[in-house]
Amino acid sequence: MNPAETSLVSPGPATDAPLVEVKGLRRVFDLSKPLLNRLIEGGGRVTLTAVDSVDFSIRRGETYALVGESGSGKSTIAKMAVGLLPPSAGSITIEGIDVWGEKSADVQRRMRRRIQMIFQDPFASLNPRWRVGSIVEEPIKAFAMIPDAKDRAARVGELLSLVGLDPRDGSKFPHEFSGGQRQRIAIARALASEPHFIVCDEPTSALDVSVQAQVLNLLRELQERLGLTYLFISHNLAVVRHVATRVGVLYLGRLVEEAPARELFADPKHPYTRMLLDAVPDIEMAGKERLAIAGEIPNPVNPPPGCHFHPRCPFVMPHCKTVVPPVLARGDAGVRCHLFAEG
Amino acid sequence: MTPTLSVRNLRVEIPTRRGVLRAIDDLSFDIAPGEVLGMVGESGAGKSITGSAIIGLLEPPGRVAGGEIRLAGERIDHLPPERMRHVRGKRIGMIFQDPLTSLNPLYRIGEQLTETILTHEQLSGRAARDKAQRLLEEVGIPAAAERLSAYPHQFSGGMRQRVVIALALAADPQLVIADEPTTALDVSVQAQIIALLKRICADRGASVMLITHDMGVIAETADRVCVLYAGRLAEIGPVRDVVKHPQHPYTRGLMAAIPSLAGDPDEKLAQIPGSMPRLGAIPPGCAFNPRCDFAFDRCRAERPDAYPAGATQAACFLHDAKNPPPPEIAGRASEVGLGVTRAPAEVPQ
Repeated sequence: MNPAETSLVSPGPATDAPLVEVKGLRRVFDLSKPLLNRLIEGGGRVTLTAVDSVDFSIRRGETYALVGESGSGKSTIAKMAVGLLPPSAGSITIEGIDVWGEKSADVQRRMRRRIQMIFQDPFASLNPRWRVGSIVEEPIKAFAMIPDAKDRAARVGELLSLVGLDPRDGSKFPHEFSGGQRQRIAIARALASEPHFIVCDEPTSALDVSVQAQVLNLLRELQERLGLTYLFISHNLAVVRHVATRVGVLYLGRLVEEAPARELFADPKHPYTRMLLDAVPDIEMAGKERLAIAGEIPNPVNPPPGCHFHPRCPFVMPHCKTVVPPVLARGDAGVRCHLFAEG
Repeated sequence: MTPTLSVRNLRVEIPTRRGVLRAIDDLSFDIAPGEVLGMVGESGAGKSITGSAIIGLLEPPGRVAGGEIRLAGERIDHLPPERMRHVRGKRIGMIFQDPLTSLNPLYRIGEQLTETILTHEQLSGRAARDKAQRLLEEVGIPAAAERLSAYPHQFSGGMRQRVVIALALAADPQLVIADEPTTALDVSVQAQIIALLKRICADRGASVMLITHDMGVIAETADRVCVLYAGRLAEIGPVRDVVKHPQHPYTRGLMAAIPSLAGDPDEKLAQIPGSMPRLGAIPPGCAFNPRCDFAFDRCRAERPDAYPAGATQAACFLHDAKNPPPPEIAGRASEVGLGVTRAPAEVPQ
C-alpha cells in the first residue's frame, strides 16, 4: 500500500457494532395551503408521510442498498442520513452519534467530516465556475485538515489519481469532463474529508452503461481499499445486485423487505420485491415466467390503508386491506407481509 | 418486399462556429413491415437524431446533408414541409420520452385525440370521438369514456404514456418511432408499457423503430437491433445474435458492462476504458479504435465498412475476409468469440 492510501484508511474502533443505525425513522411533509387560505377556502391539513417507521442498520465496510420506485422515500432517507433534512420522528446514529441530537459544535464537526454524499447528476453537483482542484480542496479547507497550501495541493493530486484522473486535471473546469469523469470528481471531493460513511444517491443513473460500470467498479475498489461504508440508493435492481451486501426495499415510505443481498435476489419474499425483480428487462433472453404486473405506485398523499401494496398485490387477503403488517423476522431478513405470519 | 423504412447512407450535419459536425455519418438500415428495430447507443451516439431526421424534425441548424430516407419506397427526405406534415402523424407515429411534453396540458385528452384523428381522416365528430374512446380502451385505460374528458395532469405517468401511444396510433401509421418511451417511468410501469407497445403494433402490423439506451428493453422487444457509436453504425443484426454473440468489440464491451440479474454478483463488471468521443473530436479511422483492445494500424487509418460477421453485420476490420487482421490480433479476438471463428462451440477441439 502506498503512503497516499494509508492516510485515507479509516482506523475507526474495530467493533462489531453497526456504523449506522436507523431507528423508527419517520418524515412527514406538510402540503397544506397557508393558514389563511385554509380559513377562507376551507379544507384541512394535507400531509404526506414520505418515510414511515423505517429501521435498519449498516455494518462497517458494508453497502446497504435502498431500492424503490419514485415516491418511495429513498432520497428522503438519504437526506436525513447526511443531515440535510430533519426527521419528524426516530433517529439516525452514525458511529454512536445521533445525527440530529444535541451535541457540542466540536462533536458536530467531527461527525460531519465522516459523512459525505455523492449525488445523481454530476452536471448539477459541481460548481461550473470552480476549477476541479478547488472543488476537491474545499472539504479539506472547510475542516481545516491541512493548513499548508502546498500540502493541500499535493493531497488534491493524490485524491484525483485515487479516482483514476490525472493530478493535472485539477486546473481544468468541470465542463471539460464527460459525465463519468465528473462523477469521479464528485467521488474525489467526497473522499477529501476522509469520510467513513458515504451516501450515494443514484450515483450512476445519469451515466451511460459503459461508464456506469467504471463508476460502480471504482466505488467497490475504494470500499475495499479504504474500508468505506455506503448507503446506496437506486431504482435499478441489477446495479444493486452488483454492489450491495444488504438490501432494503421501500414501498410508499415503508421498508417492505430487508435481507442480505444474496438472499433477497435468490429468494425474494414480499410480493412487491418479486414484482420488481420480474419487471427488470431480461437481457439473458431466457424467456422467464413473469408475475403479472398491474397498476402503478399510488399517490403518497393518500396511500391505501392497511398494507400499502394491497391494491396491486396478487395474493391479497381481506385483512391486508385494514391491518398494517408488522415486520416479521425470517432469519437474518425481515418482511412486512401478512403472507408470512405464523399460523 | 419493400421495407417500411429504408435509410441509405444517411448523413446529418450540424454547422457550428468551429466547423461542421457530423452527427450521423453514412448510416444505412432497413425496417421490414411489422418488424421492431431497436436503435441503441450511448448518449450522443446519434439515436435520437436519426429519429428526428426520419420525421423531418431535425433541430436547426442540423440538416440532412446526404443519403436517402424512403418510407415504403417513397423518398421522404426533402419533402416540402406541408407534405411532410401529412406524413408525420398519418404514416409515421411518434412517441417521446416524456409524455407530458407530447400532450397539451390545456386540452382534454379526448380533444387531443379527436383533433389528431380528424386531421388525418374524413370522419364525423361523433365517429372520431368513438374512435378516440376505442383507442383509449385498446391501450388499457380503464373507464375510457369518462377519461376522455380528463386533462393530462389527471393521469399518472404510466397512463399518460398510454395516452401518447393512443395518439401515435390514432391514424394507423405504417411506422412508429418510439424515442426512449419508458425511460421516464418506474420499473414496474416500464414493463407494462413495453408489453403494450409491442402488442398494439403487432396487432396493426406497424413497424417500430425503438430508440433506447436500455439493452434490456431491446432484448425483450426488438426483432433486430442496430448499435450506433459516435454517429456511425457499429453493428446490426438479429437481436439474439447481437446480445448473445456480439461481433463488434464495442457491442461486446457494452453487453459485458450491463449489470444483470444472472451471473456472479461479486465479479467485477467489465468496463470499456474511456468514453465515447465528442462529435468534434472523432479520431481518424474507426471511431472506436482508442478504446478497442484489438485495434491495429489499419483501424487508426481507415474507416471500416460493415462486413458480414456471423448472423450480424459489424463495422470492424476483424471481419474483413479479403484483408484479414494480423494473426496475433485475430488470435486474441477469436479467443473471446470475435472475428472469423464465430461461436466458441464451432472451434474444433
